[in-house]
Amino acid sequence: MKSSTDKTSLSAMSLWRRYPALKGYALASPAILLMIVALVSPFLLLAGTSFKIETGSSDEWMLSLANYEFFFEKSHYVNTLVRSIFISTLVALVTVLLAYPAAYFIAFHVHENKMLWLIMITLPFWTSYLLRVFSWKLILGYNGFINSGLMWLDLIKQPLDFILYNTNAVILTLAHAWAAFAILPIYVSLQKIDKSLIEAAHDLGENKIYSFLRVTLPLSMPGVVAALLLVFIPTVGDYVTPKLVGGPKGLMIGNLIQSAFGRLDNWPLGAAISIISMITVTFAVCLFLLGINRVRKVLI
Amino acid sequence: MPESSFISIQGVSKHFGSIVAVDSVDLEIGKGEFFALLGPSGCGKTTLLRMLAGFEIPSQGEINIDGEQMSTVPPYQRPVNMVFQNYAIFPHLNVFQNIAFGLRKDRLPADELEKRVSDVLSLIKMEGFGERKPDELSGGQRQRVALARALIKKPKVLLLDEPLGALDKNLREQMQLELRQLQKIVGVTFVFVTHDQEEALTMSDRIAVMSAGKVLEVGSPEDLYEHPQTRFVADFLGTMNVFDGHIHARDGDSYIVDTRELGRISARIESQDFSKGEKMSVALRPENLQIVNSQSMTVMDGSISGVMSNTAYFGNSAQIYVELEGSDQPLVVSIQNLEGAASKAAHGNREVTIGWSKSSVLLLKDA
Repeated sequence: MKSSTDKTSLSAMSLWRRYPALKGYALASPAILLMIVALVSPFLLLAGTSFKIETGSSDEWMLSLANYEFFFEKSHYVNTLVRSIFISTLVALVTVLLAYPAAYFIAFHVHENKMLWLIMITLPFWTSYLLRVFSWKLILGYNGFINSGLMWLDLIKQPLDFILYNTNAVILTLAHAWAAFAILPIYVSLQKIDKSLIEAAHDLGENKIYSFLRVTLPLSMPGVVAALLLVFIPTVGDYVTPKLVGGPKGLMIGNLIQSAFGRLDNWPLGAAISIISMITVTFAVCLFLLGINRVRKVLI
Repeated sequence: MPESSFISIQGVSKHFGSIVAVDSVDLEIGKGEFFALLGPSGCGKTTLLRMLAGFEIPSQGEINIDGEQMSTVPPYQRPVNMVFQNYAIFPHLNVFQNIAFGLRKDRLPADELEKRVSDVLSLIKMEGFGERKPDELSGGQRQRVALARALIKKPKVLLLDEPLGALDKNLREQMQLELRQLQKIVGVTFVFVTHDQEEALTMSDRIAVMSAGKVLEVGSPEDLYEHPQTRFVADFLGTMNVFDGHIHARDGDSYIVDTRELGRISARIESQDFSKGEKMSVALRPENLQIVNSQSMTVMDGSISGVMSNTAYFGNSAQIYVELEGSDQPLVVSIQNLEGAASKAAHGNREVTIGWSKSSVLLLKDA
């Protein structure tokens, strides 16, 4: 009998040992809880709100698709969504193009103090996002650094007015703001590449350019894909940068959502735009990943 | 010595900062030779190999391959290919693409390429593996793919960096023979780096033994094993009993040597010259030592008594450790296990007499 009581007292422990997955769930439970409280429930609330319309009196609601219909009837809204996707795609591409050489340099040509370099890259993130956007305003503005610099050099007579308050300014500002999110994943994937693979490519007759194209680049693709997504997804919804440096032509979907929740005081419409934007982003990402897979199969 | 020198390394040194990895090495390697660079880790053998491949540029000296000056030619323009220590198989490509990697510039038509690759695949006995991904291959298969990828380029010289180091013992022994056969079939000059003396002895036509950046001795496996000239080589190749000594006198065809452990012994003169009183080392292979019985008829030139302290049993043979008076270094004696001789001999702490012939005593210059 005694042995069986021993067994019971140990059962929690042995259950633990026998099913390691339980331990995993236990460890993940705080995160799961947080996800439910801070992510899943707000999302359900948002989705619910998007189907509501006001019926006149303040506490009576009706379920309907009217908000979605309203969105797709307004070409201005649809165009803004398309432009947001377009701008974010460009931002992701520009950011990755600028980030790749930096990540490559740190991974292959910095031998000491790599950590210091990585910290220096994240240094701009130690100041507020708003401040960084404002500094771009100072750089690109009518009396900004670039214009006054060029005037001082006598290269231009009048300040250039096409460098601020347009799509290019938004792309430039966002690309800078998200650089670290592209550099870090690309750096990690480059760092993981066994240097003897590159030597093997040289050994088999390929010069530096071809070794890069045939070995380094394909092996760093996971990092590039991660960087593209990490930059693309959050920038679609950005509204601070377009508001500050975008002008009327640089407006993005985030600005519409913000005004629906704010100035227009139409939360159901704001919620519907949010949901539409979310679905569009998901769709775009799926399309992108499918495309990448296809390209990989064709190339390899 | 090779009849004609195919690879010629002249006065080559490599410095990394203040560290001298390779120290004025001269080597001549013949066409079609299977040549080993043997030494402990950090002796500079890999650096020397990497200079042949072009990954390192010599700080001093010249490297010529087939009459062409190579020292500063980049790796992708050398008629040389390498099998890397970890094989460096491209993980994003399958076996076929890995093997065909080096043929891009040849711009072969698809069927020709297909044929070249499948020829090499059958050479390494891996027909039908073309579609496999590297992570689906065993260690031995990866090694073959690395070999095939290099050999398909038809290099003048194939370099191998510890080619069998990652394989388990049985597979390694099998691959040693296969590599040897493969080299005979393709007739390419092989230069390989290893720290495993047995591997070097089994596989190579000639061996260069390196230590601290220098080449100490070059010779055939038999030469180096049976007639080492330096204490390091004697010690490094196989098991060796080495004792400090000095020359007492020269007596006809023998030197008389005084040692603390073995007393005064005589050794047949081979090629070296020693002066009277010169400090040197005396070496005896365990397999050249015998346990002398009272009934034994063989006449020994030298003998010493000691107490058996330990045995290492290998199955086909055994090594017996004999404690000598006035020495903390035991004498290692190897006996063949003929009809259980080794297992019978290996008993207890009994006193034994160990004998040897004077032609088996090796005299080594102190470096």
